[in-house]
Amino acid sequence: MSGRALLRNRVVCGALGVATLLLLAEAAGRAGLFGQDTLPLTSTIVARTVELAGDEEFLTDVAATMTAWSLGLLLTVAVTVPLGLLLGSLPKVEATVRPLIEFLRPIPSVALIPLAILLFPDRLDLKIAVIFYASCWPILINTMYGLRDVDPVAKETLRSFGFGPLAVLWRVSLPSTAPFIATGVRLAGGIALILAVSAELLAGGSDGIGAYVIEASSSPDGLEFIIAATVWAGILGVVTNSLFIGAERRLFRWHTARAGVAA
Amino acid sequence: MLEISNLTHTYGSGPSAHTALGGIDLRVAEGELVCIVGPSGSGKSTLLRSIAGLLRPTGGRITLDGTPVAQIPDDLAVVFQDYSRSLFPWMSVADNVSLPLRRKGQSRKQRTRSAAEALEQVGLASAGSKYPWELSGGMQQRVSIARALAYRPSLLLMDEPFGSVDAQTREDLEDLTLLVRGLHNMTILLITHDIDESVYVGDRVVVLSKAPARVVGDLRVDLPGPRDQINTREHSDFVRLRGEVGRLVRGVRPSQPSAL
Amino acid sequence: MKSPAHAAPRSTPSSPGFLTRLWPILLVLVLWEVVTRVAANGFFPPPSTIVVRMREMWLTGPAAHLWLSDAALDNFPPSLARLFTGWILAGIVGVVFGLLLGRSVVLARFVDPLVHFGRAIPPPMLLPLLIPLMSIGTPMQLTTIVFGVVWPVLLNTVEGARYVDRQHVETARVFGFTRGQRLWRVILPSATPKIFAGLRLSLSLALILMVVSELVGSTNGIGFQLRESERAFDPPGLWGSLVVLGLLGYVLNLAFFTVERRVLSWHRAAKQTT
Repeated sequence: MSGRALLRNRVVCGALGVATLLLLAEAAGRAGLFGQDTLPLTSTIVARTVELAGDEEFLTDVAATMTAWSLGLLLTVAVTVPLGLLLGSLPKVEATVRPLIEFLRPIPSVALIPLAILLFPDRLDLKIAVIFYASCWPILINTMYGLRDVDPVAKETLRSFGFGPLAVLWRVSLPSTAPFIATGVRLAGGIALILAVSAELLAGGSDGIGAYVIEASSSPDGLEFIIAATVWAGILGVVTNSLFIGAERRLFRWHTARAGVAA
Repeated sequence: MLEISNLTHTYGSGPSAHTALGGIDLRVAEGELVCIVGPSGSGKSTLLRSIAGLLRPTGGRITLDGTPVAQIPDDLAVVFQDYSRSLFPWMSVADNVSLPLRRKGQSRKQRTRSAAEALEQVGLASAGSKYPWELSGGMQQRVSIARALAYRPSLLLMDEPFGSVDAQTREDLEDLTLLVRGLHNMTILLITHDIDESVYVGDRVVVLSKAPARVVGDLRVDLPGPRDQINTREHSDFVRLRGEVGRLVRGVRPSQPSAL
Repeated sequence: MKSPAHAAPRSTPSSPGFLTRLWPILLVLVLWEVVTRVAANGFFPPPSTIVVRMREMWLTGPAAHLWLSDAALDNFPPSLARLFTGWILAGIVGVVFGLLLGRSVVLARFVDPLVHFGRAIPPPMLLPLLIPLMSIGTPMQLTTIVFGVVWPVLLNTVEGARYVDRQHVETARVFGFTRGQRLWRVILPSATPKIFAGLRLSLSLALILMVVSELVGSTNGIGFQLRESERAFDPPGLWGSLVVLGLLGYVLNLAFFTVERRVLSWHRAAKQTT
């Protein structure tokens, strides 16, 4: 009971915090504290943000970004998870490949966008390619790490009952690695959004939130729309992230209960 | 110097409430070493935390030298059971011992000297520049004792201080406690679940019942000094007291053993 | 603030036998050379061509400048300055506010949604927003980097400062530590492992944002040169910049790892003994 009261309290507090910030920004804007009238008033931005929710053109752009995001992420998961499982169960191969991973991983992913611009004439392919490169690392590393964390006793138990290596992988290793993979996918999700937007900003093209913003910047009152679009990008980030966290909590309750791992 | 009257404490409220202390009365005279024993879950730690001011009891009164304990008293030190979490791993042993002395208004030089002296008293004269995690468990607990000694408290609280070390180290630390109590005029309250330890170390053994805890026994220990791990433990008084405390802890009426 | 940026499990670049494990890289380089020579695809120049191009771009200067060419001197220092200034500023801001939010539950409750929102904005989105406000240049780039990389430090510091071992807190209370002592000698040190995890994530993110900000709005820097190579349709030059950025990322990682090991030696040791 008291927990629920606390939660309500939390929501009220959070709303108050947001409202205070908005009001302060509005007051500062009206008082001319931001210098010239370059920065639009908070109320204008809020109005534009609401407006964008019904703007078909903007919604198409959001859909385009999210399409690239989800396709890129799906491709990464489909390729990287099996690869991670393979490397994780073959320690010798892993040891060989490890230095390569260590050299490739620190390359800042966005630096590949100019190269990708030359290589991929199609904008969607381009986005998916850079998303793949950037988001494969957290998934790969988490998968390998999770596989190493599998309880050897559980594996041996199954083996002692005469199960083959594939059955062990399917029944023990994969389920106990799943929470780690999920964490990797959530981290990758955040990175993928950064890459999708960066690619749209850099490569131009006709659709996506980044493209919308570039187009808006050429109109005189464009800044209002740019900020509103940024607000929506933030909301998208919050929503996708909490969807991932919610799914993780629901699917892997046993994991957090057992290990107390902060996922 | 320490007076506790009708101390009660209840955790939580409603149907899930748990009463740990059910009215404790206790007086400790200056310079005494009192051991408090009780079965596990008897609220021993709750009692200690109340005296230390770390916890605000729901009822009753604690006074230290006549003044009620409202927050953490100035000249009070605690030796916790879990030395690895009570010493700060990011500070050297000497820093761990000397840092609290800033509150005593000592200069840097004085603090260094006090810390070195205290470390010498516990037999760790050369360990000052080491880090706690470089020492064994028993040595770490010696450092906590040195920290308390350097602080020169009038009341020293020890919460299961030897509960996490092996038997041999435990005996060494018991003897160390007996040795250092003579150095300064300290009153010591030592909490333990080990019956032998309470009789061996204490001037007085106070027995608590299961929760809600009350004082069910208060025995004076009159053993010939100096105490010694072999001879004292063979002494007939020791054996008798140990039995008496043991029966009290298990909840057997004290009248039965005296009838035997 | 329940889910701070989680540190990916790290590998140890300096583990024993590292040099002997380098042969796979050499092998890949040789294969790469052979395949690109056979395929002769303009977008994928052989490594030897890239190296020659890199030398041409950056190592043709006078000996007095360590043979660094003007292009190198014009582009490397500004990039590094932006990267480190942004990262350090974000580190300071993140730790200060993180300690504040970590120790004040009420304040945290009010700011929580704002932090979550701020963290979720893809930082490159700030560029089109800041360019009209601040125009192209280092202040705009620094703002982007600081805003983008402050979150991992902030969230990790909050977590570290919030969950200080109870026994440590009680020891500090019993021995009457002052507020300052509690902050400096107890809370901050026990939060350092988390703070470092945050700083490590921020460092790689800062590199990414440095590159983006230079790709979009800059007149110098490694990212700027990368963009120039793309526009001039110069694949070897583009690959050269990529190699430099990769090496930079690798060296930063390694350097950070070394410092972290040193600073947090107590943490690892204390963990092993308990």
